[in-house]
Amino acid sequence: MRRLTTLMCVATAATALSGPVAAASQDEMIELGRDVFHDKTRGNCISCHSIDDPVANLPGNQGPMMVAMKQRFPDKRKLRAQVWDATVANPLSIMPPIGKHWILSEEEIDAVVEYIYQY
Amino acid sequence: MKTIKTLLLGLGLTALAPLTQAAESGFTLETVDPEADRKALQEFYQNRFPGVPLEEYVNGIYAIDPPSREQWDALMEFPPYEFDLEEGQVLFETPFANGKSYADCFENGGIGIRQNYPYWNKEEGTVKTLEQEINECREQNGEKPLKWKKGAIAQISAYMAWTSRDNVIDIKIPEDDPRALQAYLDGKQFFYAKRGQLNLSCANCHLQGSRRLIRADLPGPMLGQPTHFPVYRSKWGEIGTLHRRYEGCHRDSRSVPLPPQSEEFRKLEYFQTYMSNGLVVNGPGARK
Ligand code: HEC
Ligand code: HEC
Repeated sequence: MRRLTTLMCVATAATALSGPVAAASQDEMIELGRDVFHDKTRGNCISCHSIDDPVANLPGNQGPMMVAMKQRFPDKRKLRAQVWDATVANPLSIMPPIGKHWILSEEEIDAVVEYIYQY
Repeated sequence: MKTIKTLLLGLGLTALAPLTQAAESGFTLETVDPEADRKALQEFYQNRFPGVPLEEYVNGIYAIDPPSREQWDALMEFPPYEFDLEEGQVLFETPFANGKSYADCFENGGIGIRQNYPYWNKEEGTVKTLEQEINECREQNGEKPLKWKKGAIAQISAYMAWTSRDNVIDIKIPEDDPRALQAYLDGKQFFYAKRGQLNLSCANCHLQGSRRLIRADLPGPMLGQPTHFPVYRSKWGEIGTLHRRYEGCHRDSRSVPLPPQSEEFRKLEYFQTYMSNGLVVNGPGARK
């Protein structure tokens, strides 16, 4: 348990250091979101979801393809909530609770939501 | 700090209340029924992968994914564990300094007994694994214990598995000692409980997620997982034990693995191997 706490603290520190991106433009947000989605050390969403972006490499198929996001989530806040903690909708979900377990910072979550919302 | 506490509490709760999935009977001593679990698990995979005969499940992912099977068949033309088998036999047969050998420690001289491991040991009140008894045999005879995860212990275990090939796995949960059922239940809970930063259970990947891609990785079925251990894994470039593999799968969920041969891992092995009752021993195995 001690180790876990340490891990968590490190995670917060890292989040805090990554700083605000409030001033980022929409394009910058989408660029960041793309990195987060595809980078193994960040969101690694690509390991479970395919997406129609030329940079996509070896997408997994544990989860649905990222298409028609606007139709599936007319309310963007609901989409963000799904990314933040998929276990609310499905407690058995294989999808990690990205926000709840501090896998990504809040800014990174905003960014990845903007990125997938284009598809 | 408040968030940390809430988060930790959340984690604790998840661990305490393992979530029910497709293939099991219950999570309390009153409700748990190992035979029902075993049947339900078989049914789960037979529905999920119709047409795959049960006895094929000793081949893991290669039982259910034809493209992987093709690569594996090519690999098996020259099984990569041959050297370890020979080495294992030599080690097994070489007497200790006191003149005794492994054969003196095991039933039937250690030949053809793999199917009975792990087992519930009433006197010691714990689950005993084959690797554990290999090391105990050494220590009883004045030799140093071997490292748990690879090398000589895996080679000896491989040889002992090989002498047991095609024997039907027969793990018992003695009814005259309720602690045995508890050990099974603990192993089962371990398998279904979510853990680590990624909040993944073994069941997430090996039941729900079996034969679904996680990037380029394809988790296999849990049924039959222990039958072919120890395993020569191309990724390792060498032979390794089941508990070494458990460790790797912990890393995949970003959780801190327990030590090999820890009580928790032995109970997990007890549960997993009971689930494979009726299948045959086919160790050592080879995996990508
Ligand atoms: C280990 C697998 C895995 C990872 C990693 C993963 N997901 Fe998921 N995701 C799923 C699964 C499975 C579902 C289907 C719903 C469920 O079972 O919870 C899902 C559902 C979703 C949905 C809802 C789709 C819909 O139409 O209902 C969105 C949006 C989503 N994921 C986005 C993401 C993003 C963004 C990331 C990375 C930050 C990510 N996922 C990482 C497995 C994963
Ligand atoms: C993130 C997904 C994931 C999680 C979580 C996971 N595994 Fe695995 N596991 C894999 C993959 C991928 C493989 C390699 C393909 C295969 O052989 O199934 C594997 C392989 C194995 C093997 C070797 C199978 C063989 O045929 O040689 C065993 C045994 C195993 N896992 C047990 C477990 C146990 C027990 C847990 C929980 C403590 C667990 N796994 C958690 C993905 C996972």
